Amino acid sequence: MKSIAHGALALLVTSAAFAVHAQTPVRIGFITTLSTPAGYIGEDERDGFMLAVREEGDKLGGVPVRVQIEDDALKPANAKQTADKMVQDGIRLFTGINFSNVLVAVAPTVLESGGTYVSLNAGPSTYAGKNCHPGYFSVAFQNDSYSDSAGIAANELGYKRMVIMAPNYQAGRDALNGFKSTFKGEVIAEIYTKLDQSDFSVELARVRELKPDAIFQFHPGGAGINLAKQYANSGLGASVPMLTPIYSMDRRMLAATGNAGNGYYVTASWSADLDNPENKRFVESFVKAYGRIPTDYAATSYDTARLIASALKAVGGDITGKTDQFRAALRKADFKSVRGKFRFANNQHPVQDWYLIRIEPDSTGKLAYRTIKPIARDHGDPHARDCRL
Amino acid sequence: MLMFVEQALNGLQYSALLFLLSAGLTLVFGIMNVINLTHGSFYMVGAFCAAAAAAATGSFIAAIAAAIVGAGIYGLLVERLVVRHLYRRDHLDQVLATLGLVLFTNELVTVVFGRSPPFMDIPPALTGSVQVLPGLSYPVMRLAFIAAGIAVAVGLWALISRTRVGMLVRAGADDREMVDALGVDVRRLYMLVFALGAVLCGFAGVMSAPLLAVQIGMGERILITAFVVIVIGGVGSVRGALIGSLVIGMTDAFGRAYIPSLLSLLMPPQLSDPLASSLISASAYILMALVLLFRPLGLAARA
Repeated sequence: MKSIAHGALALLVTSAAFAVHAQTPVRIGFITTLSTPAGYIGEDERDGFMLAVREEGDKLGGVPVRVQIEDDALKPANAKQTADKMVQDGIRLFTGINFSNVLVAVAPTVLESGGTYVSLNAGPSTYAGKNCHPGYFSVAFQNDSYSDSAGIAANELGYKRMVIMAPNYQAGRDALNGFKSTFKGEVIAEIYTKLDQSDFSVELARVRELKPDAIFQFHPGGAGINLAKQYANSGLGASVPMLTPIYSMDRRMLAATGNAGNGYYVTASWSADLDNPENKRFVESFVKAYGRIPTDYAATSYDTARLIASALKAVGGDITGKTDQFRAALRKADFKSVRGKFRFANNQHPVQDWYLIRIEPDSTGKLAYRTIKPIARDHGDPHARDCRL
Repeated sequence: MLMFVEQALNGLQYSALLFLLSAGLTLVFGIMNVINLTHGSFYMVGAFCAAAAAAATGSFIAAIAAAIVGAGIYGLLVERLVVRHLYRRDHLDQVLATLGLVLFTNELVTVVFGRSPPFMDIPPALTGSVQVLPGLSYPVMRLAFIAAGIAVAVGLWALISRTRVGMLVRAGADDREMVDALGVDVRRLYMLVFALGAVLCGFAGVMSAPLLAVQIGMGERILITAFVVIVIGGVGSVRGALIGSLVIGMTDAFGRAYIPSLLSLLMPPQLSDPLASSLISASAYILMALVLLFRPLGLAARA
C-alpha cells in the first residue's frame, strides 16, 4: 500500500514537473554596462529591450521569458565570468553587450555552449568575416557601417579636404579606416587623440591652421562631450562643420553640451523622426514608459527583442531542442523593424538604410535631430564576402 | 609663431588645472604622509555641485560657491570619518581605503545627481574670444582659467610664506614629529590642509565644468597626472607642484602640437602616426622617469 502511494506521489510530482516545464520561461542572459560613465548606454539598452518584453506581459512572441540582467562594468573579464556562470545555469540565449571588446570576450563562451548570441549594439569585424558563426547575430550594425556611411555623407555634402580624428585604440582606428574606405576627397590630416583625453585645444588649433572643409571625428561618451564643448568655444563651430557617427553625439551627449551640437551632421540607421508606423508606436510607447525620448541604443535593443520574439514564436520557445530551427528563424528576420527595411546578409549582420541627419533647433528652439535624406540604401558591410554561411 | 603662442596658452591653461589639483595633493602627501586617491573625487564633486547650482540659479558665482562648499564639506567628512584613522597606517592601507572611497563617491554622485552627464554653460561674461595678438583670438574662458591659476598660486604663496598657518605647514612638511612635539595641534592642522586641498579641487571642478564633460570618474583620470606632477616637482612642496604643473602642461601641449608633424617629416605616415600618439601618451611618464633618475627628490628640491 505504502509503495503504491509512493508511486502515485512520484507520478504526481513528475507530471507536475512536466506541467511546470511547459511554462518555464525561456531565460535570456542580458549582460550590459550599467555602471561607469557609459552606464547610461546600458540603461537605454535595457529599457528598450524590456519595453518589448513588458508590452507582451513578460513574454516575447507569446513565450514567457525571464531576462536576467547583469552589469559588466565595461570589463571584459567581468562579463566573461558572468557569462560562464549563466551558461552553467543553463542559459542558452544571450544579448545586451554594448562594447566590442567585451563582446569578443563573451561570445566564445556562449557559442561553444551551443547557445545563441544576438548583439543589440556592438558589431566587431571578428564575427562578420570568415569567422562568422551560425549562432551569432548582430542586429544593430557591423562596426564599419557607421563610419563608411559618414564617408558617403562627406561625398554627398561636397567636402573635398577633411581632417579626421579619433582616439588611438581599435575602434577609433577602425572608424577612421571605415571613413577613408568610402571618402573620395583628400584627408589632409589624420589626428589620433589619446584615449580618455579631456582637452582638445591643441588639436583644434591644428584644425584651425589646416582650414579643412569639415572634420570627421569619432569620440563617443565623455571625450565627445569635451570635444564638442571646446569646438564650439574655440569659434571653429562657425567655420568648420563637424560630421560624426551618431554615437559621437547621441541624445544624452547633446543634452550635456548645451548648444555646441548645433549644426552637427551625423549618420545613423535610425532616428526618432523616421517615418514608419512601427517607429512612431515605439517612440510613443517608450516616452510613455520612461518619460524620455529613446536613443539609437534603445531602438536597436527594442528591435533585438522583437527579432528574438519572432524566432521564439517559430519554435514555441524550445531554443535548446530546436536550436537550428531557432537560428534559422532569427535569420529570416521576420519582424517589423523600427528602422523600416531590415534584413540579414549572409554573415547575419544587417543590410539596412543609413541616413544623414542634421542637428538643428526645432520649432520650439530646442536642438533636435532632423533626418535630411537616406545616403546609403541596403547598406551591408565589406566583411560579408569572406563569410561562408 | 601664432601657433606657438596659442599652444603656449593651451599649455598654461592645462598647467593651471593641474596646479589646482596637485597643490592640495602634494600638501596632504607631504605633510600628512597620506596617499589620498579620493583627491580626484573632490574635483568631481565640485564639478557636479557647480553644474547643479548653475542649472538651479543660472549664476556662475553661485556655482563657484556650491563647488567650494560642496567639495570642502565632503573633504572634511572624508577626513573625519576615514582618513583620520589612516595616519599611522602604511601606504597600502591608505591606498585601499581611499580607492574604496573613490568607488563609493562615484556611486554616491550617481545616486544624488543621476547618471547622465549634466551640462554647464560658460558664464556670459566669459563667453567668446578676445584678440590676444593680431591674428590670434583666444577663448576668454581659458584665459580666465589661467588667471584663476595664477591667482591661486599667488594666494597659496602668501598663505604659506607669510602666515602662521603657512609656517606650520612648511614645518609640518619638513618634520612632522618635531611640530607635534612643540605642542602644535597637528590634528587641526591636518584637517585644515585636507580641507584646503578639497576646496582647491572643488574650484578646479567649477572652472573645468564649462569646458570639460562633467561625468562620473572624471577625477580618477586626471589624478594620475596630478601624481606625476607632484613626483616631478617634489613631494610636499607647493612650489614643486607649480613647477611640475608647468612642465607637464607645456610638454603635453607642445608634444601634441609638434611631435606628429616632426615625426611625419622623418618617416611615412603609417609609421609616424601611431608612434607619435604613443610618444605623446608616454611623454609625461618619460619625463617623470628622467626626473627620478637625475633629481630623485623632484625639481623643486634644494640640491
